[in-house]
Amino acid sequence: MKKAICYINQFFGQIGGEDKADYEPVIHDKLVGPAMAFQQALGEDVKVTHTIVCGDNFMGSNTEEGIETILGFLKDKQFDLFFAGPAFRAGRYGVACGHICKAVQDTFGVTAITSMNEENPGVEMFRKEMYVFEGGASAAAMKKDVPAMVNFAKKILNGEALKPAAEEGYFGRGIRRQIWLDPPVAAPDRVMDMLLKKVKGEPYQTELPIPKADRVPIAEAIPADELAKAEVALVTSGGIVPVGNPDRIQSASATKWGKYDVSALEKLKGGEFFTIHAGYDPAAANEDPNRTVPLDVMREYQKEGKIGGVYKYFYATVGTGTTQAEAARMGREIAEELKKDGIKAAILTST
Amino acid sequence: MTKEIEKAGITIVQMANLLPVAKTVGSNRIVPTISIPYPLGDPATPVEEQHKLRKHRVGVALDALATPIKEQTVFPV
Repeated sequence: MKKAICYINQFFGQIGGEDKADYEPVIHDKLVGPAMAFQQALGEDVKVTHTIVCGDNFMGSNTEEGIETILGFLKDKQFDLFFAGPAFRAGRYGVACGHICKAVQDTFGVTAITSMNEENPGVEMFRKEMYVFEGGASAAAMKKDVPAMVNFAKKILNGEALKPAAEEGYFGRGIRRQIWLDPPVAAPDRVMDMLLKKVKGEPYQTELPIPKADRVPIAEAIPADELAKAEVALVTSGGIVPVGNPDRIQSASATKWGKYDVSALEKLKGGEFFTIHAGYDPAAANEDPNRTVPLDVMREYQKEGKIGGVYKYFYATVGTGTTQAEAARMGREIAEELKKDGIKAAILTST
Repeated sequence: MTKEIEKAGITIVQMANLLPVAKTVGSNRIVPTISIPYPLGDPATPVEEQHKLRKHRVGVALDALATPIKEQTVFPV
């Protein structure tokens, strides 16, 4: 009988939400949460023996310690497969799944499989390292995402021939493998077919996709003497807004941002500003919002002459579940505002 | 967001706890923070210590704005 072990976060481990995101890793010798779905999909040939549960923030902030603890749990276990997630669009969960899958694969040589939505930052970080299946945006996709991972895992266990990434349903890993075409078509014929399609404006598929790296040119440094005269803008994805959230920015999957006048303020006071971010425990940010938007120390640097001032507005949105496309659009809109007012420097705090 | 603001020619530093994410997304100037719920001040520590940490890290971020770089850089704190 083959064996599998599952990794899930504190939410799916039924420990709690963001207030429990610091939860240290534990291992259960039973099925917890999604592990049941894995067992059901795996059927009788593979037994899920253990479920590991770990808080997303714990893994995010204490990555090495988290990995070490979990590898310690696994040292004396026998298993043939390791599943993590599915993490859907939950960024920290996706990154945690990637870290642990990589460590398990490297240490024990066991196939590790995870699943994330294409918008999850974990995809770009880990797709080359492991099988990251293309999953849905939210837990509603669990019923679809788990069987996709399991079906592929079974093919590996059974030594079946694997198809290219796109056909199997995972994100391409940048690995090329030679295959025999059935029916065989010689390369010159294929390239001519492609060229003709291109000429006719028909869709065609390249055989050599080049992944594009999306980098932006590095902005020039602002010499200290210029910085001493310049206003610096504060921007955050941590959801800090005036109490009441006047712009009704969404607590997750945000499409809106707000700007708030702090020209008369020395710091952000709890009770006047709070966070609407649904992706982390709000207690610390609500008590002292400067922990996320550091207006208080920026004012001190202004008085000390290190900066000319703090731009009159700070800009805020929520960066959990927010798509990269929306984040980019909001970034462009905020940049436009800053440029209009001649602002050349900014600090963005992310959570 | 950081990238789009930088693309507009504004020098920007991202203060982030999840460094691998900031690096993968492609921020050029990065300064580490201490956690997700409280990037710049641990509520379990005395107020003075929180202030000291925040002042220090924001200072590093301001220095980062003034530092010419040739590649993506995580500034040590």
